[in-house]
Amino acid sequence: MEWLTLTIDGREVSVPKGTTVLDACRMNNIPIPTLCHAPELTSAGACRLCVVQIEGMRNLPPSCVTQVAQGMKVETQNPKVRNARKTILELLVANHPLDCMTCQKMGDCSLAEYAYDYGVTGTVYQGEKRCLPIDDGNPFILRDPNKCILCGKCIKACTEIQGKSILDFSFRGFDTQVGPAFNLPYNESDCDFCGSCVSVCPVGALTEKQMAGKGRPWEVSKVQTTCPFCGVGCNFDLNVKDGKVIGVTSNPEVPVNGKALCVKGRFGMDMIYSDNRITTPLIRKNGELVPAEWDEALDLVATKLGEIKKTYGPNSIAALSSAHCTNEENYLMQKFMRAVIGTNNVDHCART
Amino acid sequence: MSTACEELVDPKQIKLDEIINKHRYDNGPLIPILQGAQEVYGYLPAHVIKHISKAIRIPVARIYGVVTFYAQFRLTPVGRNLINICLGTACHVRGGAKVVETIEKELKIKDGATTEDGRFTLEVVACIGACGLAPVISINNEVHGRLSPDKIAGILAKYE
Amino acid sequence: MAENQRILVCAGTGCASSGALPIIDILNDEIKRQGLEETVTVVGTGCQGFCEKGPTLVIEPQQILYTRVTGEDVAEIVSQELVKGERVERLLLVDQATQKPVSSMADIRFFSKQHRIVLHNCGVIDPKKIEDYTARDGYKGIEKALKGMSPEEVMEEVKKSGLRGRGGAGFPTGVKWGFCRSTPSDKKYIICNADEGDPGAFMDRSVLEGDPHSVIEGMLIGAYAIGADEGYVYCRAEYPLAIKNLGIAIKQAKEAGYLGDNILGSGFNFHLKIFEGAGAFVCGEETALMASIEGKRGMPRVRPPFPAVSGLWGKPTNINNVETWSNIPHILRNGADWYSQFGTEKSKGTKIFALTGKVNNTGLVEVPMGTTLREIIFDIGDGIQGGKKFKAVQIGGPSGGCLPEDMLDLAVDYDTLTQAGAMVGSGGLVIMDETTCMVDIARYFLNFSKKESCGKCTPCREGTTRMYEILDRITKGEGKEEDLDTLENLAITIKETSLCGLGQFAPSPILATLKYFRHEYLAHIHDHKCPAHNCTALLSYSIDTEKCKMCSLCAKNCPTNCISGDKKTNTPYVIDVENCIKCGTCMDKCKFGAVSRA
Repeated sequence: MEWLTLTIDGREVSVPKGTTVLDACRMNNIPIPTLCHAPELTSAGACRLCVVQIEGMRNLPPSCVTQVAQGMKVETQNPKVRNARKTILELLVANHPLDCMTCQKMGDCSLAEYAYDYGVTGTVYQGEKRCLPIDDGNPFILRDPNKCILCGKCIKACTEIQGKSILDFSFRGFDTQVGPAFNLPYNESDCDFCGSCVSVCPVGALTEKQMAGKGRPWEVSKVQTTCPFCGVGCNFDLNVKDGKVIGVTSNPEVPVNGKALCVKGRFGMDMIYSDNRITTPLIRKNGELVPAEWDEALDLVATKLGEIKKTYGPNSIAALSSAHCTNEENYLMQKFMRAVIGTNNVDHCART
Repeated sequence: MSTACEELVDPKQIKLDEIINKHRYDNGPLIPILQGAQEVYGYLPAHVIKHISKAIRIPVARIYGVVTFYAQFRLTPVGRNLINICLGTACHVRGGAKVVETIEKELKIKDGATTEDGRFTLEVVACIGACGLAPVISINNEVHGRLSPDKIAGILAKYE
Repeated sequence: MAENQRILVCAGTGCASSGALPIIDILNDEIKRQGLEETVTVVGTGCQGFCEKGPTLVIEPQQILYTRVTGEDVAEIVSQELVKGERVERLLLVDQATQKPVSSMADIRFFSKQHRIVLHNCGVIDPKKIEDYTARDGYKGIEKALKGMSPEEVMEEVKKSGLRGRGGAGFPTGVKWGFCRSTPSDKKYIICNADEGDPGAFMDRSVLEGDPHSVIEGMLIGAYAIGADEGYVYCRAEYPLAIKNLGIAIKQAKEAGYLGDNILGSGFNFHLKIFEGAGAFVCGEETALMASIEGKRGMPRVRPPFPAVSGLWGKPTNINNVETWSNIPHILRNGADWYSQFGTEKSKGTKIFALTGKVNNTGLVEVPMGTTLREIIFDIGDGIQGGKKFKAVQIGGPSGGCLPEDMLDLAVDYDTLTQAGAMVGSGGLVIMDETTCMVDIARYFLNFSKKESCGKCTPCREGTTRMYEILDRITKGEGKEEDLDTLENLAITIKETSLCGLGQFAPSPILATLKYFRHEYLAHIHDHKCPAHNCTALLSYSIDTEKCKMCSLCAKNCPTNCISGDKKTNTPYVIDVENCIKCGTCMDKCKFGAVSRA
């Protein structure tokens, strides 16, 4: 691999050829603010917050899409660069609701973090602000287009990760919006509610509705776990507050799925506290389902299966297993049917 | 039997499908198809956009994004007479803004709107290229040049 | 008269709007009626350039120009000019300096000071006839290239000519071709950018309307040099005549064997299509234009990769604008040395300007690079309308800047204009006089840029709106002095951080007016006055009852009917300030000076 040497803020560093200036900085723990950049998505170079000064280059190039060249001299924190970033942040804040104290994203909002870092006041520009209706018509995602900073990551997540292309930009200039076709609410579009858009939103424009008002990021502990819904093995973080799961957020570090999840994994965890959840085995006695001990239930099943096999033969029994189980559990199921019962009547709910 | 079938088929739909089939295998068919569709329908109704999306397999959201990006495309029907008021630089310098204001007051509508009786649709455009005649407006592509506010009422009266 | 004569009637968009098209038919009828059809031909040409005086027509070979011709004048022109050989004086141009009519084009400064290379055929030939083009050495350039020159030699010739891109920044054309040529690929495209979005420029439209074959020939030569076999002309849908004439020209060129496979038996193939743009100024930017052809929103993308490496559908692509392509056949036909004798050291050849605004002769003019602004405005343009005082000239459209009177002797080329804070850009020259407010002009351009911003990058999307709002407040007398610092800081940030040229140059009108006309900003802010009496919020009109003779002329002409009064009942005439749009019609109409403006 070819390595290139460049100077960042007076420090000489070496990075592999093909690295962007942004990645070169981050590899060397030099902070650069970004809003539209995400490693798992293609780079747009649109928010312009990651601009740096590079000797010999016209204007201030965005580091996320500028490739490192041998001998490059980069400045990431000089007054000119910081002023440009501050101005861009002032522009974003000027067209953003300032209801941070009730915003679900507070504490996890990139815009708020950078605004604080760059001393943005929010009073420099007075003028028109967007005033668009909030999309509240579905149980999973709360979409407040007035908070959208038009970074476009949700569009890319929907297109590049999910392959759904439900979202895109519409209109142009100051009137640009992001949303489903005809600006319909999510529930009237073809959206599957995988929530990938929510997972990449850097601000409070897209938030998990279930978690609204349930806990602030600093009150929540994140517990990494495997999704119980199917055998793919997606991992995510359970958000736990006071010993109670309040919701799920995806974790970019997990190897199987990264930030991607489906609607069940991301929004189906309310089943944990469902009143309808079966917590013990049930045996039907006199037409009523009655709770039973595991030993009693297993004995009953074994006896009954044995009787049926003896009377009607092994092929009178079939097993249908669930995608909810792990691969290993499903393996054991078919092994049991073939080796113990002696039939090939095995099927799986996700097969058809 | 055959006449009954023909009545069921919308002639505009047939034309639309002809346009789609003409461009379907071109590189970048979307914009020519939308332009053709607008010529047929006068604007781009939602069902037409959805039909195009299915036919050429481009997501509806992307088509909606394209339609709302370009000034040429419209999502609502246009009035009987389309007024384009030029606000190119030459027209601006020679008093185009006053022409706009006069027409807006006269018709009681703003840029982009259609009068309630459907008689006029008003659109302010960047330049219609008749800078020598500034300020100009065009009504149904008929150009009226060297305008001043006092000439407006007389010109509008000619269009029913 | 025994001699064969031609009547060239301008049928470009400008003259057509003034009523030129019926004149052609009336002329033909009248010529037949007077029995002259053997010796006189009527030709509907492209733009002759003199839009202000349209409809115009030229009698050849005498080169007599008639202006503002109407259908009623036709009989007289035929019997006077064509039969007797005498001028119809009332239709001749009046020189503003001498106040005398001039008939011969050689004596009209609007024409005599121009040097027409690109406009060589415009207004002279019938654009719908390929034989008119070939009769004036058309397609000789591509023949020369295909028959005796290698692609490298063609590229070298263009490099040597010193031609720079006429679309804006002025990048050397031959060098640009070289980038695309040297990228290895099985497929390459060339594109003609005819998305002339600059409000107030119409040279590309005029060339396409009046001489479409020159663009086709230029693209053929470029395609041969670059190694492309497919091309697009991306033309605004707002230019129906240009699209129509170009379509006819492409068809004719195909039939004549100049387009298609194995052109002139050389083995070289080239196919050309027209793509109708759907209306977005930003599509003048190369990457946005290509996105548009690909059927996407016309949003620019980050460069690199440059189009020469990865352009249309990921293939190497070269884009030049209409005027650039149209220069190429002349360079090939006459040689690089011939071409480079025109212009300045670093800007060779000629440039077409669309001369508009408060100037006597609005129209299309082509001058050698290095001509001074004074020559263009005061000689060719014949000075300021109505004897008013020149204030500024806006060059290069929304991306350019305004230059004041003391810059009038600037020799116009790419580098001098950029240094002065303007740019050649598309070549729009808008002349402003003492009644033009420079703050309002900056506001006008920012309103344009904000409407045309694609919305992709933050500084342009949010910043152009904020700059517009600040300027709007200033023109309403609500500005504060610190607004100027805010504007300047914002302008510089937007210039340095925007993704594409639209954003990077959107602040130029502000920076230039702040530099040269800061006093006008301060007058609005401190004194709440618009020195040009243009900003309506700072104006009020009133009627002086002492001077008013109650003639009611003002009330009759008021477009919003906001003047009332009655002579019979001796009710004085007054202006309803609420409904007044401050258009000034009453003041213009009053014969007694009773209407005053404050």
